Amino acid sequence: MRLRSKDLLGLEELSVEEIRSLLEAARRYRRAYAAGERLNSLRGRRVVNLFYEPSTRTRTSFEIAARSLGAEVVNINVAASSMVKGENLLDTVTTLESMGLACLVIRHSSAGVPHFLASRIRAAVVNAGDGWHEHPTQALLDLLTIQERKGRLHGLKVAIIGDILHSRVARSDLWGLSKVGAEVWLCGPPTLLPPALGQMGARITWRPEEALEGADVVIALRLQGERQVQGLLPSLREYRRLYRLTAERLSLAAPDAVLMHPGPVNRGVELSPELLEDPRSAIAEQVTNGVAVRMAVLSLLLGGE
Amino acid sequence: MNWLIKGGRVVDPAQGLDDVRDVLVRDGRIIKVGPNLKAAPDCKELEATGKVVAPGFIDMHVHLREPGQEDKETIESGLRAAARGGFTAVCCMPNTDPPLDNPALIAYVLQKSRELNLSRLYPIANITKGGRGEEISEMVELAEAGAVAFSDDGRPVPNSRVMRQAMEYARLVNRPIVSHCEDLELTRGGQMNEGPYSYRWGLRGMPAAAEEIMVARDLRLAALTGGRLHLAHLSSRGSVELLRLARREGIPVTAEVTPHHLLLTEETVKGYDTSAKVNPPLRGAEDTRALKQALAEGLLDAIASDHAPHTREEKEAEFEAAPFGISGLETVVPLVVTFLILPGIISWTRAVSLLSRQPAAILGLPGGSLTSGQAADITVIDPDLEMPVDPQQFQSRGKSTPFRGWRLRGWPLATMVGGNLVMYRGRILEP
Repeated sequence: MRLRSKDLLGLEELSVEEIRSLLEAARRYRRAYAAGERLNSLRGRRVVNLFYEPSTRTRTSFEIAARSLGAEVVNINVAASSMVKGENLLDTVTTLESMGLACLVIRHSSAGVPHFLASRIRAAVVNAGDGWHEHPTQALLDLLTIQERKGRLHGLKVAIIGDILHSRVARSDLWGLSKVGAEVWLCGPPTLLPPALGQMGARITWRPEEALEGADVVIALRLQGERQVQGLLPSLREYRRLYRLTAERLSLAAPDAVLMHPGPVNRGVELSPELLEDPRSAIAEQVTNGVAVRMAVLSLLLGGE
Repeated sequence: MNWLIKGGRVVDPAQGLDDVRDVLVRDGRIIKVGPNLKAAPDCKELEATGKVVAPGFIDMHVHLREPGQEDKETIESGLRAAARGGFTAVCCMPNTDPPLDNPALIAYVLQKSRELNLSRLYPIANITKGGRGEEISEMVELAEAGAVAFSDDGRPVPNSRVMRQAMEYARLVNRPIVSHCEDLELTRGGQMNEGPYSYRWGLRGMPAAAEEIMVARDLRLAALTGGRLHLAHLSSRGSVELLRLARREGIPVTAEVTPHHLLLTEETVKGYDTSAKVNPPLRGAEDTRALKQALAEGLLDAIASDHAPHTREEKEAEFEAAPFGISGLETVVPLVVTFLILPGIISWTRAVSLLSRQPAAILGLPGGSLTSGQAADITVIDPDLEMPVDPQQFQSRGKSTPFRGWRLRGWPLATMVGGNLVMYRGRILEP
């Protein structure tokens, strides 16, 4: 199976069947990867990781995924400080395409950059996070992790807690989870939780207790840098008191709830430290599943399956 | 040149006229409007059977970018766009580089436009020195040099005290203050309307409240000072409601709306289409409904393009990096015909008022009617001509439009300025 589009720009555009196919392929890759099988389906294909925002995890995960499939990988990190103008960005990318590029994995602080590039180059474009918009591979790995832990996705109550406003993970998770039939609750302080997201099918609450009550899955979001939340939160202290996940709060969730976090964790801010060791935490599996999901994405887009 | 415009449907709200008539033009002036007029031997005929003949259209809100940003537009390319769009006159905003905040620059702009023999140009000068919002400009001298109104458009005057002083001082010259209503603190970093779609697409939003707060402020200041206030490019239902209340209260205020705010919603941004990136942003369906209703009721006074051309390179960028604004002059008339007149939202008479008579009245300009003795500024429209919007045909240097490819009816056929035919069938005629 291949995806309908040559690109993976977001989960908003994907059908349920495409999501299921990607998850199915990711499960196969996870098994193959664990078994140490050598795969060479993308041998000779060039994948470029073009990151305009620093990200060790996502970039490395894409790199390992591409190399595991035999692809050649080029990593380009561009200083995050410079606001890069469209023509320069497009020039950079068209130059890369002239050098022979099968897939561009792009991370950018501006929402819509992957869409802008996808319509202008022939190579596949994978959104590795665009501004506050989407982070589709993160959501797919979240779905895979939940499915592996719970055995299903349909009918689960999923609570996403934290800085929803600035979170591309929250948006992608919301699209992905609601498409496969989960009930998504979004929770955060009013300044970080636009009620309009309720129109995308989420339940909205400012009270973590309400979101956590009976939840099957709890996803804590990373509080974005101080710069972004400046003025939106009176203090980190008050935020911790109101929204940090503690063992006591988590006891409101289902006894076999899964605890996740897209990482990296601000220690002591989103989660109390002991929860990192809690058997309910699936944070380490998320990372492993990230490689499998990205193998599936590259493979399905580039015809390596 | 002397002309007999024959057999057209003459729509002139000033004379309460909407009937088949001939229009006789001699020495640049309208001599007579009547049935079956005879042409003198030296008179050229312009056959207008089946066409609408109206007093020349006036676009009271355009950006011509000269001086300083000639790669976006020049006075010449802008006036060619005006002529092609059926406008016999346009008012240019002062946010050029340097800004139009002194009489010499007003004189420069006027001089350049006069040399061109195209549509007329009426400059609008800055409310504040440098458009910085700190001190009011020398309004009397600016008016004497030819400024027809004052605006810091592109930005509001953030300081309420300065805005108050401007409205008071402008009474000396009886010129309106054209207000760009935006609370900059609420729109900082904003890219599109704040609402479900901005959250969905991860773009920083600009709430309608940012406009409405400033509309409310300026209406109170108009009530306080008695100065004439004109609200530029209203975009929200809340603004319309505030305007309605102000009218009831008798506050001296007029207001304009653009075709894109009447016809498009925020959904147009889908796919991060920079040709839908405008300020104020495209809003929701309730807003467009309210604007159309206000237009039909007569609450809104003018339709203006807010023609804001940019280079292709600037608009062909990722959404956040692209500037606000679209090229509007050449699509206003067929958009009005196709989406407002043909569906019966407004009549031809009302449309001509909005595009000609009322802009002239608001700014105290000549024109706006076809009464004898007036300069022969005339717009002829072919209500049956249907064709797609093709930005490559634009005379404007700005080619960005959210209406690209739309099939529209009712394109301007001829633009006559002071008895000179400056545009015919889409072609600009050299003098």
